[in-house]
Amino acid sequence: MRRYEVIKDVFLENRIFWSRTVIMFVAMLFLIFGLIFRLVYLQVSGHSKYHSMATNNRIKVASIPPTRGIIYDKNGRVLAENLPSYSLEIIPEQVKDMPNTLLRLQKLLDIPDEKLKAFAEHSRRYKRFDSIPLLLKLSAEDVAKFAVLRHTFLGVDIQARLIRHYPYKELTAHVVGYLGRINNKELKRVSEIEYRSMHFIGKTGVESAYEDILRGYAGYAEIETNAQGKPVKTLANIMPTPGADLHLSLDIDLQRIAYDALAEYNGAVVALDLETGGVIVQVSKASFDPNLFVSGISYKDYNRINHSRDMPLFDRVLRGQYPPGSTLKPFVGLAGLEYNVIKAQQKLYCPGYYQLPHKDHKYRDWKKRGHGMVDLRKSIIQSCDVYYYDLALTLGIDNLSSFLNDFGFGKKTGIDLNGENSGLMPSREWKRINKNTVWYPGETLITGIGQGFTQITPLQLAYATGILAKGGKLTAPFLVERKVYVDREEDVSHAQTKQLNLKDNNLLTIRQAMVDVIHSKRGTARLIAGKRGYQIAGKTGTAQVYSIKQDEEYNEEEIAFNMRDHALFIAYAPADNPKIAVAVIAEHGSHGGFTAAPIASAVIIEYLKKGK
Amino acid sequence: MHAELRAEQFRKHSLLGNLLRKLHIDIPLFVALLILLVLSFMMLYSVGDQEWALLVRQASRMSVSCVLMVFLAQLEPQQFQRYSIAFYVLGIALLIAVLAVGDVGKGAQRWLYIGFRFQPSEMLKISTPMMVAWYLAGHEIPPKWKHIMSVLAFIMLPTILIVRQPDLGTSLLVASSGLSVLYFAGLSWRYVFSAAIGVSAFAPIYWHYFMRSYQKDRVNTFLNPESDPMGKGYHIIQSKIAIGSGGVSGKGWQENTQSQLDFLPESSTDFIFAVFAEEFGLLGCLALLSVYLFIIARGLYIAVQAQDTYSRLLAGSLVCTFFIYVFVNIGMVIGILPVVGIPLPLISYGGTSMVTLFAGFGILMSIHTHKKVLPT
Repeated sequence: MRRYEVIKDVFLENRIFWSRTVIMFVAMLFLIFGLIFRLVYLQVSGHSKYHSMATNNRIKVASIPPTRGIIYDKNGRVLAENLPSYSLEIIPEQVKDMPNTLLRLQKLLDIPDEKLKAFAEHSRRYKRFDSIPLLLKLSAEDVAKFAVLRHTFLGVDIQARLIRHYPYKELTAHVVGYLGRINNKELKRVSEIEYRSMHFIGKTGVESAYEDILRGYAGYAEIETNAQGKPVKTLANIMPTPGADLHLSLDIDLQRIAYDALAEYNGAVVALDLETGGVIVQVSKASFDPNLFVSGISYKDYNRINHSRDMPLFDRVLRGQYPPGSTLKPFVGLAGLEYNVIKAQQKLYCPGYYQLPHKDHKYRDWKKRGHGMVDLRKSIIQSCDVYYYDLALTLGIDNLSSFLNDFGFGKKTGIDLNGENSGLMPSREWKRINKNTVWYPGETLITGIGQGFTQITPLQLAYATGILAKGGKLTAPFLVERKVYVDREEDVSHAQTKQLNLKDNNLLTIRQAMVDVIHSKRGTARLIAGKRGYQIAGKTGTAQVYSIKQDEEYNEEEIAFNMRDHALFIAYAPADNPKIAVAVIAEHGSHGGFTAAPIASAVIIEYLKKGK
Repeated sequence: MHAELRAEQFRKHSLLGNLLRKLHIDIPLFVALLILLVLSFMMLYSVGDQEWALLVRQASRMSVSCVLMVFLAQLEPQQFQRYSIAFYVLGIALLIAVLAVGDVGKGAQRWLYIGFRFQPSEMLKISTPMMVAWYLAGHEIPPKWKHIMSVLAFIMLPTILIVRQPDLGTSLLVASSGLSVLYFAGLSWRYVFSAAIGVSAFAPIYWHYFMRSYQKDRVNTFLNPESDPMGKGYHIIQSKIAIGSGGVSGKGWQENTQSQLDFLPESSTDFIFAVFAEEFGLLGCLALLSVYLFIIARGLYIAVQAQDTYSRLLAGSLVCTFFIYVFVNIGMVIGILPVVGIPLPLISYGGTSMVTLFAGFGILMSIHTHKKVLPT
């Protein structure tokens, strides 16, 4: 080794090291004397000044909370606002006997135990001279009751506070989200100083994702107090900076239309503005009233919501994972064209089932009699399964998986909200890692018709539809269009992220077939055809919840409601110049064409009417 | 030399002394550390509202750290030398892992979960000087230009990775631990001075392009705390009030009105010196600084007594790091340096830095107690 060839001058080395050490030590001494000099300055010369600051004039810093930014929809309608309300608040430092005071208050105002417990936990996090809310949103009656006996409760008072309010309640519960009391886990994440006067934090949706911007910055009042801690005068006031207002791309009218159109079904509706990429509709149903959470939800209400079979707290748009069913077919068809394994006119005979060579198992078509001779167009219009069994097998899972990946399947869309699920686009590698087995050809078949392992979120489905409609242009979906700060406005720019390389001819074939799903005599969604001056392109889908055995038949009436298939529908319009893309999932809605398509068309018709 | 003689007698004749000697413990250093640990307990008892849980947690950390120190003291310095590269590479790998999958706490990505929370950047405070010392020990002393360049690369790599977390305090410590090795190896004064000029020229560039806004705030606050007394300048003003009101003799143990009334933030961690100064006054501060100075002097003594280049450079650097801890923490608390998150060594509440510091002392003890009889 080269390093041992170096001949060392031990004496030189020793001398260098000695002198360096001595110099270092002298430098350290010098610096420590600097510290001592400063300490003498503070503790001897400054002593009387700081002593009086510490004892006579204690300066307290009271934090003044900022006003949270307001959230508007596209047309300036308020989705989240701050309403004044009365709250019962306690300053622990001024209360002589806390347990007794709480007991008396409980008797007077009928306060549930859980609120007292929440208060005890909450008060530990704040300074003893901070005012801590015990009850929020007092009724006029309670205010009156307390006002009479107020003089007997030292340190307890009624305060006017701003409380977050969501006027559209369950319509925006998931997308806008809600505020709730800060818990210990969240407190560790955020700046303690900023949140000293704030008792709430965004928990979900836009409220959570844009917490930093909506929140604003706390102000401070510097209060001089006497030795007993009573305020003497306010020395300085630094006003808080209000949070920024947010303008969303969401349209609350369309949101309501979509929500109402789902009627008795649970499910999700997502509509994207194809000109900007903004989310116009984002409905997740069942839903709940977010206002319940702001003032501290009662155990009873929480249990009711949390244990409901409809799962109202579950955000289906971002986290619901469904098989895409036949809505995947246009994408698979396009893959066939792009990889050049089929021609649009090439025909295949559909006998109503498909068999792998040398295997008994029959992969059924939804139409028992079969579709006869089927080309690509017919396969989309009538949603022929057999055509896609064959196509998927020819393409192979590797091509299929990578092509669909490009359309965002199996990946987060990157929407500006937290907690999005990535869905699942299976591949050989995925199966080896997660299931520890090889990929079987049968699995390729069912992947071709959107069943099997494949899972999508409603948002992904709308996004993929948008990409198809725009000929391969990708702009990640988003909600916030504009941020309005106190002193400036900021339009959020959402640049196109990627352009897929697709052939115009192939796109045209698929898109024409999707128009015919609605506007041809035998299309599966002909129900929503109509004379409107523009055409809608779409695809129906049905996702199996319950798999039937080889020899059984799917009989809708005999199957329990919660075992029925999910109805899916994707669409965009106008077909020749797409402005909006929609994805609808109606849980247990059975038929995409009957249940889901009318919901999508309701949204599209209203949107394009408004656009004029 | 009288004290040295007495210590020698103690070592030879007492049972405890014998045991400590067998354990390769350096008694003067050990006693000074014990004094600091006792002080730490007293301070935490005082600021933590007499909360025992806090003390128990701190005690368990101290025990773990002490065990590590004793363990390292048993190893021969040649072993550190042998594993220097491996240790350095492991540290870098962990830093990269932190950036990739680390746990986010208070807006920064510094932690890694491996059964417990672990901060790999701490490790680099030791492995960087080890690496640099190993490298320089294998070449001519004083180092040649090309060797200086490679050493700078060894230092920059972890520093940049830690800055990105972002953790300015730790990255400064890591960088200075490596640079101090260069200094001890006899880096030409010309380079030392031109580097100093270079750094001051780079500072405004760093300020404009690389500093995060919260870091800028801290520097602004340091330069002018009264500009924002209720927000960002709050720490420093309250800390000065606490220290100044302590006076010469202090208010007495547990009489810290400022921190008890919650005026002083972070009183058990980074700002614990303010509480100490309030309770024990100027005299207490002088005593504490003497203990620190003693540890530093003893450390440097161990360094000059070391037998080979590697041990000498490493020991010198470890002492420097310790000094920087003391100086930067106290300097920040008394308002002559900007606020960076560096604890008061061995007294502040908190685990990771204590483990690193004790590991450093373990290495110093190993260097001092594994001397070979040199052939003459």
